[in-house]
Amino acid sequence: MRIPSRLSTSLAKAIKPSGTTHNIRFLKKYSTHPPQARLNKKIDYGSTAMLCHSTSSALQNPELPPEIQNGTTARMNLFQSINDALSLALSIDETTLVFGEDVGFGGVFRCTGGLAEQYGSERVFNTPLCEQGIIGFAIGAAAEGMKAVAEIQFADYVYPAFDQLVNEAAKWRYRDGDHGRGLGGLTVRMPCGAVGHGALYHSQSPESLFTHIPGLRVIMPRSPIQAKGLLLSAIQSPDPCIFMEPKALYRAAVEQVPIDAYTLPLSIAEVVKPGKDLTLISYGHPMYTCSAAIEAAERDLGVSIELIDLRTVYPWDKETVLKSARKTGRCIVVHESMINAGIGAEVAAVIQGDKETFLRMEAPVTRVAGWSIHMPLMFEKFNVPDVARVYDAIKKSIQY
Amino acid sequence: MNSQRIGRCLLRGSKEGMPASVIRRGTKGRWMGGYHSPMGPSQKPGAAGVRFPGAVNSKFTSSLSFEHPSTYTTIPTYRTMSPEGEILDPSVVLPSDDAALEMYLNMIKVSIMDVIMVEAQRQGRISFYMPSQGEEGICVGSAAALEKDDVIFSQYREAGVFMQRGYTLEDFMNQLFANRKDKGRGRNMPVHYGSKELKIHSISSPLATQIPHASGAAYALKMQRLSNSSLPPRVVACYFGEGAASEGDFHAALNIASTRSCPVIFICRNNGYAISTPTLEQYRGDGIASRGTGYGIDTIRVDGNDIWAVLEVTRKARELALKDGGRPVLVEAMSYRISHHSTSDDSFAYRARVEVEDWKRRDNPIIRLRKYLERKGVWDEAKEIEVRTNIKKEVLKALSEAEKEKKPPIKSMFEDVYKEMTPELRDQMEELKRVIEEYPEEYDVAEFEGGSASLN
Repeated sequence: MRIPSRLSTSLAKAIKPSGTTHNIRFLKKYSTHPPQARLNKKIDYGSTAMLCHSTSSALQNPELPPEIQNGTTARMNLFQSINDALSLALSIDETTLVFGEDVGFGGVFRCTGGLAEQYGSERVFNTPLCEQGIIGFAIGAAAEGMKAVAEIQFADYVYPAFDQLVNEAAKWRYRDGDHGRGLGGLTVRMPCGAVGHGALYHSQSPESLFTHIPGLRVIMPRSPIQAKGLLLSAIQSPDPCIFMEPKALYRAAVEQVPIDAYTLPLSIAEVVKPGKDLTLISYGHPMYTCSAAIEAAERDLGVSIELIDLRTVYPWDKETVLKSARKTGRCIVVHESMINAGIGAEVAAVIQGDKETFLRMEAPVTRVAGWSIHMPLMFEKFNVPDVARVYDAIKKSIQY
Repeated sequence: MNSQRIGRCLLRGSKEGMPASVIRRGTKGRWMGGYHSPMGPSQKPGAAGVRFPGAVNSKFTSSLSFEHPSTYTTIPTYRTMSPEGEILDPSVVLPSDDAALEMYLNMIKVSIMDVIMVEAQRQGRISFYMPSQGEEGICVGSAAALEKDDVIFSQYREAGVFMQRGYTLEDFMNQLFANRKDKGRGRNMPVHYGSKELKIHSISSPLATQIPHASGAAYALKMQRLSNSSLPPRVVACYFGEGAASEGDFHAALNIASTRSCPVIFICRNNGYAISTPTLEQYRGDGIASRGTGYGIDTIRVDGNDIWAVLEVTRKARELALKDGGRPVLVEAMSYRISHHSTSDDSFAYRARVEVEDWKRRDNPIIRLRKYLERKGVWDEAKEIEVRTNIKKEVLKALSEAEKEKKPPIKSMFEDVYKEMTPELRDQMEELKRVIEEYPEEYDVAEFEGGSASLN
């Protein structure tokens, strides 16, 4: 696939000057860090190893095809890289449609900024405020050969569309049998995860509800590079995809992103950092927490930790995880959504259920995740796994 | 959804890095593409009408009165033909006698298949069946008005649509028996037909889910023709019952079809019952039709026992749906569900036998069309007997052939979940094979094509 470089004006327009006025006092109330903290410090997105801060590091990714590796990059945050991916998808294939609530003016998170002007209001448009309608409409359009990229404004509001996703989207190809009509054109984007003050209905990460549904691919990127490559893969995938975007990273995560179109593989995990004593498995926003905890633990405890990003949480890459677990004998799964029946439960069960891996395990598989509660406004920082909790789990696992 | 909306607004205004001003800036002065402006011109002093953006043509009134449904007349039911088969609307375009006879035969075929398959279910030869007695006219009549490239979504009581489109008795039987020739690969319950060739999407059990699909599919057809004008103009037809119209998906579908100007014909079969629930417990408005105009949709109510009325209405609805870039149309076709809801239902537990018998004899789409054909002199008792005998034979032959076929390979249970089988499913397939082969007495695999060897 060779796509003309088109980092358009839409993107440039979407980039907001830094230092826009916020009510800092208001924000502080929710997201300060204890002044004496050694572990629970603010994540420094400007220096974290999770992001490619230079063009050369961005292009070194062996998953990128040679023409991309020889290309150029631009600094983008997560919403800009998603905007870029959508723009490329719209320019590559005229059957691509982008729609949802408030998508026409650019979206409440700016992910669709400039797209309606550039590609026309027939292809990028607002829908009535009705999630079951958005997904039902998207399914119908995909069933008739369109690439329908639907947006649910917050993952917290996907439930009215749950029937359409579970009973219709996921089962479409299966029940059509030899007729072979699938819903590959369907991609459902939704911002997810904690954001500091989102409380019950602007913080949820319902990925494990979707991982219980055969037929759907469930994807969560951790960075702008991933978001662009995985979203373009999702749009091209022959299977319906749920694409969950950690909204706290929309503006926070900034890195150099290749400007041409590229894809990253679905259902393949990425070993982000090799190690030999313990495996940390995560995806999405907590990857930054894990990275910070690893840095502290390796320094304090003299251990070497492997960090794996699942990227696609279903169908997920068991092979990479099991291979790592067999090597290190210790595993910790970290995710933001609640612990009960979460992704960690499935990963832990697979690790202990694999005959070969079971025999190599030196410690119980640990899950560090949100508590089994709803996301409470004032207590978010005690609910979302932080560096201290991941660090503690590493220490306990090593000392077991 | 109100609180949700409020929640969003609050968050928008306060989110880190996303002050409300940033969002508003995007809209200022230029609204995207072809949207109508969300704001009307500003209010003129002394104006007779309100310029609230939500209802720009509303006039002020100083008399307080609530709109009450009883002040509106009930939407009339269009009919072209009396129960005696006489033509009442001289302007109606009637089909040729050959086409009329074909439609008549398709209705009879469905009704004979219904009787035989209900019996086959009673004998335990198939697991389930849903007849459509009383609604053959709606299905055959509307399907005859569509073009072959039009896309269809159905609920489950539309065997007449499949029959009129060319679904064969073999196709019906293979699906009902879930044998190796079933294109659905033995996965779905009986009566959940589908056909790619006939452009009918596979039926699923959840009610009303297909209605927003129809809106989206219609939008797809519209967009495809916009980018390639050599394509024929096409519409989507979507069938559902009056019970399904109570689902949220009905609301979702009509509203989005209207706002996106989708060329879709919503065809509601109002047969008086949703399983045991009579319409009085389903809604209190004027049926389903009265809802159409509320969504800004052209709407009509038609006598579903009058096949020519259904044909004419669907033909006109199709023209309307394609006008001015496309728009949805709602058709409410009135009928009576003569049969039980399904083979799992005994409808005399909730309605009188006499009521059913009355509809069966007094007003029935098949009898009405037969009277019309007899009036025209192209049909008589002898032809009726001959045709019925032949169709019965054909159905029984297709039945026994389908029944004899092997079931699909067991492997097909793991396929098509995804386009490519995942490693997880491959492992699970191997595991099932191991269990079957370790406990051969516990599983009967002989009736499945390839036995357990298919699980390789």
